[in-house]
Formats: sequence, C-alpha cells, structure tokens
Amino acid sequence: MVDRGSDDRMQLPPREVEDVMPPHAHSWIGKYVFSQDAKYIAIQYSGTAVAIGLVALVLSWLMRLQLGFPGTFDFITAEAYYQFVTMHGMIMVIYLLTAIFLGGFGNYLIPLMVGARDMVFPFVNMLSYWVYLLAVLVLVASFFVPGGPTGAGWTLYPPQAVLSGTPGGAQSGIILMLVSLILFIIGFTMGGLNYAVTVLQARTRGMTMMRLPLTIWGIFTATVMALLAFPALFVACVMMLFDRLLGTSFFMPTLVELGEKLSYGGGSPIAFQHLFWFFGHPEVYIVALPAFGIVSDLIAVHARKNVFGYRMMVWAIVIIGALSFIVWAHHMYVSGMHPWFGFFFATTTLIIAIPTAIKVYNWVLTLWKGDIHLTIPMLFALGFIVTFVNGGLTGLFLGNVVVDVPLSDTMFVVAHFHMVMGVAPIMVIFGAIYHWYPKMTGRMLNEAMGQIHFWVTFIGAYAVFFPMHYVGLVGVPRRYFEIGEPEFLTAPVDGLNAFISAAALIVGAVQVLFLFNIFWSLRHGRKAGGNPWRAASLEWHTPDTPPKHGNWDELPNVYRWAYDYSVPGAPEDYLAQNDSWVPDGEERRL
Amino acid sequence: MTVILAFLTLVALVAGLWLSQQRLASKPWLETGIAPLAGHGPGRAPGFIFIAVFLAVVGGLFAMLGSAFVMQIEETPWELVPLPGRVWLNTALLLLASLFLQFVVISARAGTTRWLRASLIAASVATVAFLAGQVQVWIALTASGYRLEGTPAASFFYLITGLHGLHVLGGIIALTAVCLRHAGAGDVRALLPGVRACALYWHALLAFWLMLFALLQGWGNAFLALCRAVVN
Repeated sequence: MVDRGSDDRMQLPPREVEDVMPPHAHSWIGKYVFSQDAKYIAIQYSGTAVAIGLVALVLSWLMRLQLGFPGTFDFITAEAYYQFVTMHGMIMVIYLLTAIFLGGFGNYLIPLMVGARDMVFPFVNMLSYWVYLLAVLVLVASFFVPGGPTGAGWTLYPPQAVLSGTPGGAQSGIILMLVSLILFIIGFTMGGLNYAVTVLQARTRGMTMMRLPLTIWGIFTATVMALLAFPALFVACVMMLFDRLLGTSFFMPTLVELGEKLSYGGGSPIAFQHLFWFFGHPEVYIVALPAFGIVSDLIAVHARKNVFGYRMMVWAIVIIGALSFIVWAHHMYVSGMHPWFGFFFATTTLIIAIPTAIKVYNWVLTLWKGDIHLTIPMLFALGFIVTFVNGGLTGLFLGNVVVDVPLSDTMFVVAHFHMVMGVAPIMVIFGAIYHWYPKMTGRMLNEAMGQIHFWVTFIGAYAVFFPMHYVGLVGVPRRYFEIGEPEFLTAPVDGLNAFISAAALIVGAVQVLFLFNIFWSLRHGRKAGGNPWRAASLEWHTPDTPPKHGNWDELPNVYRWAYDYSVPGAPEDYLAQNDSWVPDGEERRL
Repeated sequence: MTVILAFLTLVALVAGLWLSQQRLASKPWLETGIAPLAGHGPGRAPGFIFIAVFLAVVGGLFAMLGSAFVMQIEETPWELVPLPGRVWLNTALLLLASLFLQFVVISARAGTTRWLRASLIAASVATVAFLAGQVQVWIALTASGYRLEGTPAASFFYLITGLHGLHVLGGIIALTAVCLRHAGAGDVRALLPGVRACALYWHALLAFWLMLFALLQGWGNAFLALCRAVVN
C-alpha cells in the first residue's frame, strides 16, 4: 500500500461509508462452512459451479460419442441423449456460467476492488450460496428419480416439456428442473441485491463510479440485468409448474395425446417463449458483461497499458445491458411472429453490435504498442477476443431474419452460441483464475501446465466448433439423436462428426490437468507475493495475501483510476489506486 | 410484453437519472486525488437501497405476470373472472395500511410516540385484514365455479393474487422483526430506518396491486386496444 497521504496539497474529505468490521466467525464451521466472508462464499460458489460443470462436461462427451459414432454405444438411448442435451445446456448456462461469474468472481472481487470490508449484508450473502447449493442438489437429484431428468431441451418449451412423450415430462424430471430453477433465482436474488448495493453504497473514499475497474462495471451491470431478467424465468417456471402439478393451462393449448384428449386447454405456448427469451437473451450478456470487464483488466495489466477508451467502455457496457432487453424475439423468428416484429428485432440486434464492436476495437487498441507479456492470463484474454469476434460474426448471420430462417435449428446455431457464449466466456474464466489465483492463495499456478492447458483448449475448441458451422451449413439439424444419411444433406458429415467428437474428448480431458494444477499449486506453486502482476487495482494492495477477514487494516483511500500503467516519471511502471503520488510541481485536478 | 417494457422504461429512467450524477463524461485518467464525493451520500442507509433495488425486482416480477396475462388474453381470448366487490374493500384496506405506515415514519422521524403505536397497530391490522379479505375472495370465487385449474383467466387471478399476498406476508414478517428489534429502545428514532424501508415496501406493493387489479379487471387490455386504435 503506497498511501503518500502526508501531502499537504490534499485535504481528505470525511468518509461517506461507516467503517464497520463484518462479524467474525470463531468456530471452524462458522469460518469455512457457514461462512459470511464474501471470499469464502466466492470459493464455495466457484467450487460448486465447477463440480456441476464437470457433470455438464461428461454429458457433452456422451452427446458427442453418440453424434460422432452413432449406434456404437448401446447405453446412449434416444431418451438419454435428449436428457444429456437438456442438462448440459441448463447446467452450463445457469449453474456454471452465471454462478461462477456473479457468485464466484462477484463475491471475491467486488469488496476487494471497491475497497470494502465485505458485502453489505453478509448473512444474506451466505444464504444466497446455500440456496444455490440446494438448487444444484435438486437438479442433480433429477438424475436419480424414475424416468430421469427432463429431456425437453434447455429451453423447456411447452407443451412438450410436460407431456409423456418427453423424457421426464410425465415423471419428476421436469418438476425437479423447475423447482431447481426457482431456487436458483431466489438464491441469486439474495446475492445479486448484495452485489448491487455493495457497489452502490460501500465504495471506499475516493472510489467514484468512474474509477471502478471495468471488471466491477461488468459484474455490476450484469447483476442489475440479472435482477431484472430472472423474474421472467421465475414467472415462466412457476406457471409451468402449475401446469404440470395443478392442472392449470397457462401454456397448454387443447391437446390430444395418444388418442386421448387431455384436460388442458386455452393456454398459449408462445407466451412461454416470450417469457423464456425475455430472460434468455439478457442472460447472454449477464455472462458476457463480466467477461468483457475482466478481459479489459487482464489486457491492461498484462500489456502494461491503460485501457483505451475507458469512458467508452463504461458506456458500451451500460448500453449493451439496456439494449439486450429489446432483442429477445430474435430467438423466435420461426415462431410465426408478425414480419414487422422480425424487422424490429433484427434491427435492434444489429444495433447492439455497435457498442460490442467498440469494446473489441478498444481491446485491440489497448494492446496496440503495449508491452505485451504473453502470460497465461493474457493468452486466454487474446483467445477470448478472437473467439468472441468469430462467434459475434456468425451472430450477424443469425440476427437477420432471412438468413436465420434456413439456418434455424441447424448445428450452425449450436456452433455459433458455443463460440460466443460457451468458449469465449470460459476462456475469460480460465484467464481470470490464472490471474487472481495468486491473490487467493499466495501462490502462482504452474506455468508449463498452464501453457498446455491453454493451447489444447484453444486449438481443441476451434477443432470442435469451426467444423460444426460447416456441418450446420450443409443441413444437419440440431437436437437429432441420429440422422443417418438423409438426401437433404449437401455433403457427407460422418467423418467430420467423428473428428469433432475426438477433439471434444481431448479438450475435456485437458481440463483435468487444469484442475490438477489448481490443487498441486496450492502446495507446490511458486510463492506469489502480494502483487505478482504489478497491477494497479485495489485488490492487489491488501496488507495480506490471501486477504484476511475484513480485507484491510484501515480502509484504503483511492486517488486515481485503476489503469495508471507506464506513467512517465512515476517511481514504478504502475501506480496503485491507493497511491497518492503526483508529479513534482503538479496540482491535483478533480 | 407491453407491461414489462413500460416498467423497464421506468427503471431505465431512474437508472439514467442516477447515472447522470456519476460524472460519466469525466476523464478519470487525468484526475488524481480524492474526489469530493464517491457519489453516494452518507445519509442513505444500505438497507433502504437494498429494499429499493429489491422492489425493482419484485416490480419486474409482477410486470412480467401482467405481460403474460395481457398477452394470453390477446392470443386466446377468454372471459375474465368477475371480481367480487370485496376486492375493492381489500384495495382500500391496503391503501389504509400504506397511509398508516407513512404516519409511523412521520412519528418516528419526529421522535413522538403519541401516534406511533396506534398507527403501527392500525397498519398491521389493515394489512392482515387485506390478506384475510383476499382469501375470502378466493373462497367465494371457488364456490362460484372459478377454480384454479379452470380457464387461464381464473388461473392467472389465483397466481397473481397469491404471489402478491406472499409478498405482503413477507412484509408483515419484516415489520414484526423491525418492531421486535427496537421494542426496548428508548428513542423511537431508532425505528426510523426500519419502518422507512417497510413503508417504501408497502407503498410499492400497493402500487403493484393497483396495476394488477386494473389488469385483472380487463382495463389493461382495453387501454392497449385504445392505444392501438390511436396508432392505426
């Protein structure tokens, strides 16, 4: 900590935040299990998310085994395949990506980066994790009930999701899925309120909104979006649960099943699609915005350069967040909507590309003439930019109604959203873990294992998803257990499917090396010191590494933004946010 | 989705107003030293902000329900549930509860106990009477053949009033906790942060109820039809 606070040119204004030490746990259980410390809660969130993420990884392997080598594995039935697809999608989007970005990184980084001792409501924060864990356990329980988990697809479209023809539809699978989602939303709301209020009310002296690191801007905006978007999913889940359990017909039209007229009637399946995608599209940015923020910080630190266009980056985050609420129906072009709606939603979809492109340009311009260190976090950050651009470009295809209609429900769509919403944010998660692991543990992750992890993941992900675009373009539909060799395919895809599956198995396997590195480095990793990356943001300037309970001895004062790198005349090539240094003879400007 | 978009427009306006005070056009790379204000005043308790943000979430929830209701009426028209007169009385009770809680806030702010206790009891009684009244409406409608699993209109009525009632119930629990925590305190001003947050919650639940009540009466669809006629 470099508070040169004796400078007589500076008068410290009174603190706006009361300095209250959060409750200190005295028992082992209070400290490590029912912990109210945001840092421990972050690790709990991340550990649970990674654990359930591994289940999703195995499910993706099973799917690829079926698609790459159809008919080879007897235990993969059509019903099981749909269950794998459904659970993989839902786990990845909700229980892994959302949870790890907001519950994991949000909890760890918000208090440290804004200069707070903890979240403003630690008890509610603790509850948030335990409700999330309960949601995960309910989801996992669905694997063990008669009929297994739901196989309705991750979008859970009614009426098929609650009918007997769908795996888990007439049994408990769909019920447990809906209950789990409802629990997840309740848990997230508890955490999300904490993240938002902590950013709004617990920033330390001098930490204005325009001095927040972009990581916090990304997490804060995504949290606000999630708080406003998740009610749509909540309402949809409650209504579908009523349809399934209590015989209501919110989403159920008059139906005949196996020759028998069901008691349902009068409901609207399209209403569910609107509700689902009103949550579903903001969800893309709920995952992407924290990734945008984190990658901005990784690039600035590892290129030793201030973020290009900080203001523009902040505005872009806010604008993307706002626009993402008026593009939802581009997921519904083939639902029979009025053509004028299609025109409207295509337009808003293309408009959102503008602030997104601004961010990409700014990342590239931040790198331009920077002192680029090809560390593992930087490699993953670069991997993210390339992947996000690739995924974004195919998004322009799908955002246009006339191009989307023939591509809809093909593997092209699967490839697109895996690039932009799967691979790209996961690259950021990996980069962020390599970046902040030294602060969390005091040790560096092993570099050699990190290099292998990055290159196999990066090249492997492209080996999986690049050819998948082509598979979609030649006409292979998604959600098919087995398609054989239909006449409508313009080229054979068997070999390519086998290649994709082999690549997917390798990419998955290398993640085991990453997990091994995490545990191995806890004991054997090189000692990191307090600030191994020579970073400027506050979290690297805590008196202890890992930060102790309450984070700080005395709450820090913030004198500058988070990106003062390579400042001419400065004593080092970076100036910490709590460093009060000014060039000789220069007055402070406020 | 008109209702939720209208609600989010309102949220966006509030957020925009707040953002406009955050010096978004400043140049942080040129500024060193401690800014005079981090953008939040010392007088705003985190609990109050917590409730305000939570109410935005709850508002989103009810707006979403409202949207689904309006959308389904348009897509698959069905006869609305004829709301009994008791619903008007219930609405008046919730309005009274909201007013009494505001009296509690005023009394706590002034530090006077004269009207505080009576207002608090009156607000609690009115709220409980509101909930009891809603249950009575449910019983009456069920007896008239409007069952939960009947038409989607009936299903919506029970779902909307049920979720709203649950939120009111949560408010009563929170208010009880606030009162119990400060029961022995000598200075009634200690109650102020808690009851102010509760009053805000009650006012918001009243506003949400008025909106939902209008939708359940079919006025929302009539209003939208009028708007469309004007546009066309």
